[in-house]
Amino acid sequence: MAEPQSKPDPDPEPKTEATVTGQDLFGYVGIESVLDQMKRKAVKTGFEFNIMVVGQSGLGKSTLVNTLFKSKVSRKSCNPSFEEGISKTVNLQSISHVIEEKGVKMKLTVIDTPGFGDQINNLNCWEPIMKYINEQYEKYLKEEININRKRKIPDTRVHCCVYFVPPTGHCLRPLDLEFMKRLGKVVSVVPVIAKSDTLTLDERQRFKERIRQDLWTNGIKVYPQKEYDEDAEDRILNDKIREKIPFAVVGTDKEHQVNGKNVLGRKTNWGVIEVENVAHCEFANLRDLLIRSHLQDLKDVTHNIHYETYRVRRLNESNLNGIGLSASPLASMNGTAVRKESESNL
Amino acid sequence: MDKEYVGFATLPSQVHRKSVKRGFDFTLMVAGESGLGKSTLVDSLFLTDLYSERKILNAEERISQTLEITRNAVEIEERGVKVKLTIVDTPGFGDAVDNADCWTPIARYINEQFEQYFRDESGLNRKNIQDNRVHCLLYFISPCGHGLRPIDVEFLKAVHDKVNIVPVIAKSDTLTPREVKNLKQRVRDEIEEFGITIYQFPDCDSDEDEEFKQQDTALKDSFPFAVIGSNTVIRENVERPMRGRVYPWGVVEVDNPSHCDFVKLRNMLIQTHMQDLKDVTQEVHYENYRAQCIQNLSRSGAKERASRNKISRQSITELSLVPLADTEKLIREKDEELRRMQEMLQKMQQQMQQSQGEQSDTL
Repeated sequence: MAEPQSKPDPDPEPKTEATVTGQDLFGYVGIESVLDQMKRKAVKTGFEFNIMVVGQSGLGKSTLVNTLFKSKVSRKSCNPSFEEGISKTVNLQSISHVIEEKGVKMKLTVIDTPGFGDQINNLNCWEPIMKYINEQYEKYLKEEININRKRKIPDTRVHCCVYFVPPTGHCLRPLDLEFMKRLGKVVSVVPVIAKSDTLTLDERQRFKERIRQDLWTNGIKVYPQKEYDEDAEDRILNDKIREKIPFAVVGTDKEHQVNGKNVLGRKTNWGVIEVENVAHCEFANLRDLLIRSHLQDLKDVTHNIHYETYRVRRLNESNLNGIGLSASPLASMNGTAVRKESESNL
Repeated sequence: MDKEYVGFATLPSQVHRKSVKRGFDFTLMVAGESGLGKSTLVDSLFLTDLYSERKILNAEERISQTLEITRNAVEIEERGVKVKLTIVDTPGFGDAVDNADCWTPIARYINEQFEQYFRDESGLNRKNIQDNRVHCLLYFISPCGHGLRPIDVEFLKAVHDKVNIVPVIAKSDTLTPREVKNLKQRVRDEIEEFGITIYQFPDCDSDEDEEFKQQDTALKDSFPFAVIGSNTVIRENVERPMRGRVYPWGVVEVDNPSHCDFVKLRNMLIQTHMQDLKDVTQEVHYENYRAQCIQNLSRSGAKERASRNKISRQSITELSLVPLADTEKLIREKDEELRRMQEMLQKMQQQMQQSQGEQSDTL
């Protein structure tokens, strides 16, 4: 009698997925110490953070950056020949400092954009900024596709772009919309209401609602973008933030005495505006977002999403034309790049 | 013996009574970027609610909006004195991405009012001339900034020879006292640097009392005025109901001179200098316009003169008073007249020759 034999398959298919099951440990192994190891390594290598501030002259950009990092890191404080006049063109200036707190070192680069939105005709004043951002992506890409790569690629990509909206109390201006529409696609934009001590709480609320409405109507995605929430926990946290943006901020580097305490604030004839008091303004919320809770996330979004988008586009273009990665990066989002014949690195 | 008393000391009160009966009219133009509190300030200054019904555009609508000039007239009365106040607003100024020449419609509007007054003045019936000329331009400077911006400078240079400019620093509750002082100094320096003519307060006479003189100097020193406007009346936690803005860190009182210069502006504009603003508009700006206009006319008239040198002296003066379109007609008419006169002359000469010939014949 022939027993039904299980014949081996003529073409055994290799198992593509290993089944992963959970296992309980019956003793302490020490896996958790990997967190400490990571922390130690991170502290040794230090962190890099590149923040760009964009807005018309006089909106308090430099002061806010100084207040955020509690040190004199802005263009105003560092440049001895700083004049407060309006420059004729948009020229980007970046200043780097290494700041340290509790042994953790951070190389902070502040990129300022004087001249933005200050002229009578502001058409295309966002182009130098777009160009700069794309140039940084290009630099990183070049390093990445090198055969002999550096151990740690210097990261000059813009992790966060803080856009200053003037406190008109009405709605976003055409210039604001144009800028955020374009830049929201290449970098994480965080809009803030500048010099918000000119708005009462009611006006502030109404202004914010109108801004959110304008952003939504125009399809402008600002950080934190809904699509990039990884899990439910993130979504809950980010939803809370999304309900409050844009943050209404006030910046200062002066201290005053209030109720016996020294606080950072602005003193007027009718009271002292305490910058770190959440009942007065939302500076603390912005600081928490940018530094205390979402700094790493900003870097991750820049690396995993914005940079990847750029990279994919660039590589596709190079493949399409059979030309290697050319010397000059994409000038704008529309891919109207200036191409030069150059040797292929691939 | 009593000094002879003629009685013309009562003239001022006669003028006063007549003026009160006739009423005053005043046209104020406000200009500046959106969101600087222009409408609120106008409503605060004149305690009106001209703007209570207005709808604020959203960003989409704003992109396609162009500059428009709106006129709102309101009659206000106080203690029997009537004022017909016209507010000319300029929504859309400086809002676009490209604002080149956005001030041209405004300059044109001011000129048009002058032109209309010029025509009315030269017309036959001058009883009910409507004076729509802009007596004062309130220009709003943004407090977020380091002084005048390029668009401010270009706009002011385009209109400073046509209208009395009173610059104000808007929304000044965003500035600390020291920042206000610095900004005022910067604006004053830049106004001088760019050669912009603004409305100068007339110096007070030497025989005014000290207090008045002090007030006058204080007024001149706090130029440009740093203002705040509000239409909300605060009733809680204050001694008397007052207009102001309630913040979590304090209450800004619009009427408080240590908070802002609103009271100074209101006094200057309404109580002390309203008539002077009208006078300067009439005597300086309007006269400049008129002189330019006439010069332009006579220049084009001179061109006509060069090509037709038969026109008599009388027609020249007539030509310069009549608008350009009629000049052509007048020239043609004069030509016709001259031709007819020449023909008549010729005929008369012929007749004389004939009669002379007849006479010599008969003799």
